[in-house]
Amino acid sequence: MRAFTVHTGLAMPLDRANVDTDFIIPKQFLKSIKRSGFGINLFDEHRYLDKGEPDADNSKRPINHDFVLNQPRYKDASVLLARDNFGCGSSREHAPWALDDYGFRVLIAPSFADIFFNNCFKNGILPIVLDKQTVDQLFKEVEANEGYQLTVDLPAQTITKPDGSTISFDVDAFRKHCLLNGLDDIGLTLEDADAISAFESQWREKSPWYFGTPAKS
Amino acid sequence: MAGKTLYDKLWDSHLVKQRDDGTALIYIDRQLIHEVTSPQAFEGLRLAGRKPWRADANLATPDHNIPTTKAERSRGLEGIIDPVSRIQVKTLDANCLEFGITELDMNDIRQGIVHVVGPEQGATLPGMTIVCGDSHTSTHGALGALAHGIGTSEVEHVMATQCLIQRKMKNMLIRVDGQLNPGVTAKDIVLAIIGEIGTAGGTGYTIEFGGEAIQSLSMEGRMTVCNMAIEAGARAGLIAVDETTVNYIKGRPFAPQGEMFDRAADYWRTLVSDADAHFDRVVVLDAADIIPQVTWGTSPEMVAPVTGEVPDPDLETDSSRASNIRQALKYMGLKPRTPIRDIKLEYVFIGSCTNSRIEDLRAAAAVVKGRKVASNIELAMVVPGSGLVKQQAEAEGLDKIFIEAGLEWREPGCSMCLAMNADQLPAGKHCASTSNRNFEGRQGFGGRTHLVSPAMAAAAAIHGHFVDVRDILLEH
Repeated sequence: MRAFTVHTGLAMPLDRANVDTDFIIPKQFLKSIKRSGFGINLFDEHRYLDKGEPDADNSKRPINHDFVLNQPRYKDASVLLARDNFGCGSSREHAPWALDDYGFRVLIAPSFADIFFNNCFKNGILPIVLDKQTVDQLFKEVEANEGYQLTVDLPAQTITKPDGSTISFDVDAFRKHCLLNGLDDIGLTLEDADAISAFESQWREKSPWYFGTPAKS
Repeated sequence: MAGKTLYDKLWDSHLVKQRDDGTALIYIDRQLIHEVTSPQAFEGLRLAGRKPWRADANLATPDHNIPTTKAERSRGLEGIIDPVSRIQVKTLDANCLEFGITELDMNDIRQGIVHVVGPEQGATLPGMTIVCGDSHTSTHGALGALAHGIGTSEVEHVMATQCLIQRKMKNMLIRVDGQLNPGVTAKDIVLAIIGEIGTAGGTGYTIEFGGEAIQSLSMEGRMTVCNMAIEAGARAGLIAVDETTVNYIKGRPFAPQGEMFDRAADYWRTLVSDADAHFDRVVVLDAADIIPQVTWGTSPEMVAPVTGEVPDPDLETDSSRASNIRQALKYMGLKPRTPIRDIKLEYVFIGSCTNSRIEDLRAAAAVVKGRKVASNIELAMVVPGSGLVKQQAEAEGLDKIFIEAGLEWREPGCSMCLAMNADQLPAGKHCASTSNRNFEGRQGFGGRTHLVSPAMAAAAAIHGHFVDVRDILLEH
């Protein structure tokens, strides 16, 4: 996994609550058996005016110029400012893959849906929860100031605004460690392979009914 | 010291290692696999040269994007018209073969929606931890299993390690006291709950559903309730084990048999929250107050009783809520204060992991029997949850009832719930759907979804608009 330490980037506001993962990446793109290439279809149903297809030439599709992502001032944004319950709905990891592939590295919202939140960390994306008032203030500042950039410092757990003031944020210690070092979860867990085997043996002894296989029919 | 909740018990019994940083390694008994969220996980294993930790803990079946028409299904894998879908389904077959994982493939009679198949096969058992790369894995909590959806990275993690890195969630109890009125179902209970606590109300919690109305539900009804725990923001829903649970499991292929079953059942009966267990939040509803529910908006919390009306954003004092309502009404093409009963429909979808089990089909068939689908309905379809549900329904003659009434009878799969296959709701069309999500575009680009129970969907099919199914049942 790509490590995350400090990131400075343009902020983009997505002023809408309960953005679900169907909104982030519609279902037809989930037919891919790859992990990459989803960025061009991020927010597809809002970014374009027609219905997207996995094999379409996206450069020829009609653009929805009203959608925030298409506004020139937010070109190359990498910090997404969002509202409550961002990432709700389907567990599809294609949602963080699409955000990442497009170039978003940091997401800031008052709350995230659990599965999505977890999926972000597995992909080197940092989702940050800030209180509603602070997020409201950021929305105002981003919208009022073109070229509004934020610097997110994971080791220090701070966000630095263009005026130099900082906001601190919380992050789970384990997830921070993994992000900072770009660690592979599986490798880490397998360091505990003996503990897993020991657990498994006693569990099998105690509850053999979870280890059966059905008769072939 | 306070007693334990059911969630506490399931957590404690699967705790491999508690780490100092607050995370824990939790052992996973069962992983269910489907074609959409697994290819990248298998590819990850392959690239790292890893093997499944315990291949027999996994069970796979394709469901999300397989066709549901008999014509397309009867031609086998090569008959899948959409080439991208065909590759994905074939990839699942190849991966299961390569990694030694049992798969109920597309035309196996036991194939179906993964959350219907697991319990039906006895692959879902009380006291298990269960994961699947699908948010509706919460369904399996109905059997007293700790079950939740995960992303593809975690699918790979569980394949490789049989564990998941977790943080313990908080405990919520939602108690539904008393008895439901006739015509009111499990779907109405869970929609009413989501209307009450909101789509983020359960975020960070495991929700246990209890109370007389929940205990009185069949297993199918309990699965409907737990299925939509995720729509209330909770990754996992739970219902305590009782005799309904134990009887449901008996004799299923993956379940223990004979003396082993009795031993297991003795243990399963302990899987209830202790009387003095502490819940961080308790929500109480009275079953008698619940009226058949219909969603009018683009989030499951945008729900009203069938006797009610679409809200007026101008009467909403919270400005962000008012703006959400406006956005939803614009998408849905609805005017404020429209009576729910006046919402006209063009499509009806009866199916999905929420409501495609035999009891759901029986409830819908009871309503349409001897009647005809209204002329303004362009397509009404019934998609059974599995090949075995389909077989059972046909043995009971339900297929004939649906076909005679003018509904289409399809092959099992996820179908129009998420519209990854050809079953898509066209733009601007209103659909009475027994599925779980009414998000923008969920059932098809521009499609307008109204979530309801199977009986309500069936009644809507007959009338062409929403009606209170309680009135229809009275006529019968």
